[in-house]
Amino acid sequence: MKPRVLVAIVVALVAAAPLVAPPFYVTLLNYIGLYSLVALGLVLLTGVAGQTSFGQAAFVGLGAYTTAVLTTQYGMSPWVTLVIALAITLVIGYILGIITLSMGGHYLPLATIAWGMSLYFLMGTIESFGGFTGITGVPPVSFFGMALTQESHFYYFIWLVTLLALWCVANLLDSRPGRAIRALKQGTTMVEAFGVHPGRMKTAVFILAALLACLSGWLYAHLQRFVNPTPFGINQGIEYLFMAVVGGAVSVWGAVLGATLVTLLKTWLQDLLPKLLGEAGQFEIIVFGVLLVILLQHAREGLMPFLQRFVPSPKRALPEAGDRLQHRSMPAAGEPVLEVNKARKTFGGLVAVNDVSFDVKAREVVGLIGPNGAGKSTCFNLISGALDATAGSIRFMGQELTKASASAISRMGLGRTFQHVKLVATMTVVENVALGAYLRGTKGIVASALKLNRADEAAALAEAMRQLQRVGLAEHAHDPAGSLPLGKQRVVEIARALAADPILLLLDEPAAGLRYAEKQQLAQLIKTLKGEGMTVLLVEHDMDFVMGLVDRLVVLNFGQKLAQGLPEAVQADPAVREAYLGV
Amino acid sequence: MSEVLLEVSDLHVAYGQVEAVRGVSLAVPSGKIATVIGPNGAGKTTLLSAVMGLLPASGRVRFAGENITGRDTEALVRMGMSLVPEKRELFADMTVLENLELGGFSRRRAGESRAALSNTMEEVFALFPRLKERLPQLAGTLSGGERQMLAVGRALIGKPRLLLLDEPSLGLAPLITRDILATISRLRATGLSVLLVEQNARAALQTADYGYVLETGELSLEGPADDLLHDERVIATYLGKR
Amino acid sequence: MDVSIAALLTQDGLTNGAIYCLIALALVLVFAVTRVIFVPQGEFVAFTVLTLAAFEQKQLPGTVWLSLALGVAAASADIVAHRREPGRMLRAIAGSAVPCLLSALLVWGVFATGAGWAFQVIATVVAVMAMGPAVYRVAFQPIATAPVLTLLIVSVAVHFVLTGLGLLFFGAEGARISPFTTVSFTFGSINVSGQSLLVYAFTAGLVIAMAVFFKVTLFGKALRATAANRTGARLVGVSPNFAGRLCFTLAAAIGAASGLLIGPITTVYYDSGFLVGLKGFVGAIVGGLASYPIAAAGAIFVGLVEAFSSFWASAYKEVIVFTLILPVLLWRSFNTTHHEEE
Repeated sequence: MKPRVLVAIVVALVAAAPLVAPPFYVTLLNYIGLYSLVALGLVLLTGVAGQTSFGQAAFVGLGAYTTAVLTTQYGMSPWVTLVIALAITLVIGYILGIITLSMGGHYLPLATIAWGMSLYFLMGTIESFGGFTGITGVPPVSFFGMALTQESHFYYFIWLVTLLALWCVANLLDSRPGRAIRALKQGTTMVEAFGVHPGRMKTAVFILAALLACLSGWLYAHLQRFVNPTPFGINQGIEYLFMAVVGGAVSVWGAVLGATLVTLLKTWLQDLLPKLLGEAGQFEIIVFGVLLVILLQHAREGLMPFLQRFVPSPKRALPEAGDRLQHRSMPAAGEPVLEVNKARKTFGGLVAVNDVSFDVKAREVVGLIGPNGAGKSTCFNLISGALDATAGSIRFMGQELTKASASAISRMGLGRTFQHVKLVATMTVVENVALGAYLRGTKGIVASALKLNRADEAAALAEAMRQLQRVGLAEHAHDPAGSLPLGKQRVVEIARALAADPILLLLDEPAAGLRYAEKQQLAQLIKTLKGEGMTVLLVEHDMDFVMGLVDRLVVLNFGQKLAQGLPEAVQADPAVREAYLGV
Repeated sequence: MSEVLLEVSDLHVAYGQVEAVRGVSLAVPSGKIATVIGPNGAGKTTLLSAVMGLLPASGRVRFAGENITGRDTEALVRMGMSLVPEKRELFADMTVLENLELGGFSRRRAGESRAALSNTMEEVFALFPRLKERLPQLAGTLSGGERQMLAVGRALIGKPRLLLLDEPSLGLAPLITRDILATISRLRATGLSVLLVEQNARAALQTADYGYVLETGELSLEGPADDLLHDERVIATYLGKR
Repeated sequence: MDVSIAALLTQDGLTNGAIYCLIALALVLVFAVTRVIFVPQGEFVAFTVLTLAAFEQKQLPGTVWLSLALGVAAASADIVAHRREPGRMLRAIAGSAVPCLLSALLVWGVFATGAGWAFQVIATVVAVMAMGPAVYRVAFQPIATAPVLTLLIVSVAVHFVLTGLGLLFFGAEGARISPFTTVSFTFGSINVSGQSLLVYAFTAGLVIAMAVFFKVTLFGKALRATAANRTGARLVGVSPNFAGRLCFTLAAAIGAASGLLIGPITTVYYDSGFLVGLKGFVGAIVGGLASYPIAAAGAIFVGLVEAFSSFWASAYKEVIVFTLILPVLLWRSFNTTHHEEE
């Protein structure tokens, strides 16, 4: 069965439910819709972007309380309060995100615990909020004078919003910013190399998740027509997270699956446990906690992958290859591209790169080689911007690189690959390559979510296809990148770097771990690229691989330049022989 | 031929898609030094890490007649194997003395006395007198050569029967390398067996009794160290002349 | 506010701060060695108070069932993990589950024989300590190499399980234990209770004991080694599981000590641990989850802020304490260089 048909069936079932199901189930479905919205944000934040929040319930509370207070005490229209609630959430999300996410690591979830606690206490303390008894008499939402007072009417409103949100998030994930978000888990070095600002991107995702939670809260207040602090405590926060983990990140529908299963389980447990234990209390939390631990120990991807086995992934048509993006002007052969002048890097007392100088001219292939620990990788990182040089200068097309960030360097026209392949294993090959063209596109999160990015998107995918054809991997365009053998993954990395339209291609140990035949194919590809006018600097330790390939070699040992020149001369140099064979 | 202490048969190690070691078999006889040489990226470090239980591997590893495939590193340390890794893995924020004391962790847990450890420590100081001068210094502040001495010293405190040495020459000046390898030679006389992994082929073969050449994850040559030292194919492996 | 009120608030703040300080130290320890941000630390505090209170009220402490449950869970995990190697299975169970099972028996024995106060305290502390390695075994050992984020989610889940079990076995009633001393001293116009002095002395003693443990003993050094370099520690024979169990035992012991100190001061409920733990947490974050002295100072600062805000804006006490984390994080973000976490 095609996924499109499956989605249509789900929508039809949702539409028919209130007509056939008893009211109790309609209520349950209402809650599932509300929870799905929150879980959807967490799927995006936790599953896709690799961050998390325990404070989503507080954002739900923020939405609910904002509208409850403003409608009951100031007589505002719910539509106005929706805008205000979203605006407040945006500001708070931005502040929390900017403080915690630029540091990386685990500060965001910790901050959200504290934020959740303090908002919960605040809601219960402020007098005009009604303390722990809450606020009653919240007005209904009206459409053109028709008030949604009946639960079954409100049901359609909730599910319309939920399905729209699912559609928007699915669109977003399948777009320029979406690819960047999906790449965040690979670590910051890789996304920065293509011009993505990881801290800002994570903050945007966090805000988006917070906005979805706030929306859910606003709906909740107008469904219940009453709010009190209880459903916005930290316990509920963990239940939302549980839903997201149950659903997993492989599909936006995971949020609905998670919300449904957890809600049904909770209803059943609340019925069963007090009978079993002979006491009343929130004992379902024990079961939830245990299940969450078991899930994270044994099925970190959630339950969605088990269901997806029954749904074949759609065979999408290959995008047409094309060349619709802007190009930069390329230097003429022989012009200096990279000039490294007395570059130096020290770590504490250790001199890793000791006054190394060399240059790369346009349309040249230069190999930077040396035995283990010679300082090649450090040298590479100085050029790519992953490390700052202690002294000396590195100029690229006449511009100083030593203090530039990795994304600024990428903007200048330096494309790179990684020694340990950094592809997003779950994205297709063509999506991975399209990430390389990130800086050549413009459409942001909002445009992508609303699908106002068609031209931009088509151009990026056409460019990605063009590069895949160039490196000979077009037939793998729709395969998940993780399913390719290492040799091909390295070539995909080269295609991704090419998609950024670079002047200089930096290859970090491209032959490492490859078999003989793969190495030969790779060497052939590099030669072809050189023939097409590309300038290449490759860092390698495999002498065999570089010998027939490069125009010039630069040899490092103990952080210093040992020799440079034509490959054969370098190979015969006694100092090089000694460095490689030992004394 | 003396009895075989370590025997590796048909070892395979993979990182995801990449098979870094493919079907390697080798042996270290009791009281001998065997060396695995090979260029950068040949899989030497992977091989040692897998033997020491730090990486999952398939195949079979026997130590002192016992099958140790898949055992925890800590269990191997208790049985008398010790690895000096390429990155040294010292405790940088702890003193030289504390690093050495921790070298005896397994022996202390097995119930050996403080005095027995002090004796071993004196033996180590006899080999590396520099360490004794540096006892209160933090390991992170040592020079490269001193760090290597400490790493070897820490391993020796555990009184291993088999010492696995990963690139002891890495980042060290030739003179210090020779010093450390000479010390290893002397230890052989005390009955210690050594598996030495090196990219510095000449120094390694001059020290060892028997040599293996590892190339892209597979053994391409093996033989008595003296023979390999003069083998043209060894040179070709390193400099890519075919 | 006059001097005597200020003095009273300071005393109050320092007393609570000292307890948060212990918790902060435990959190830094657990994080350094296992990378687990141990949210349930406060539960150990609450369980200690509730156990001792049950003894005082001549009731069978729910600890018997709690320890039994944890012990059985840990034993099951080991049985499943080592089902093919009976020898290893028994050794593993001896380290993870047996202490819990024996301490259940001990608590029951002390209750049944009506043994005196000292025995009650010992049984309580032993029982809570034994929970540490069992929790580590069941929840964290199987995913010891997972990302910090996964460990954190598991940690929060464990917190909810333990709170739920606390409600089940101890009930919703709050409890307080009788003070160790009722003497008080007067310095001029300032009154100092003996109980606060006891808290200060005990905290100081524990901090010194911890310092000695890490500086002098082999196990202490082994924990520091694991925190500094996991591979290096494995290569000298310190297994990560051993280190994990050991530091969870220590954390539980510190939790039990904090419980003994806080029990006579505050009424403790089955879920009070979370708030107490989180306040220690704010302190630990001040130290970036890495520095013991800064974490300790941060925790004491939290205690003082809490005491003074309860005077000026008592209803907003918790809000102020938890909002404090934001400026702290902001300050840290200016002082932390960005690290690639891969």
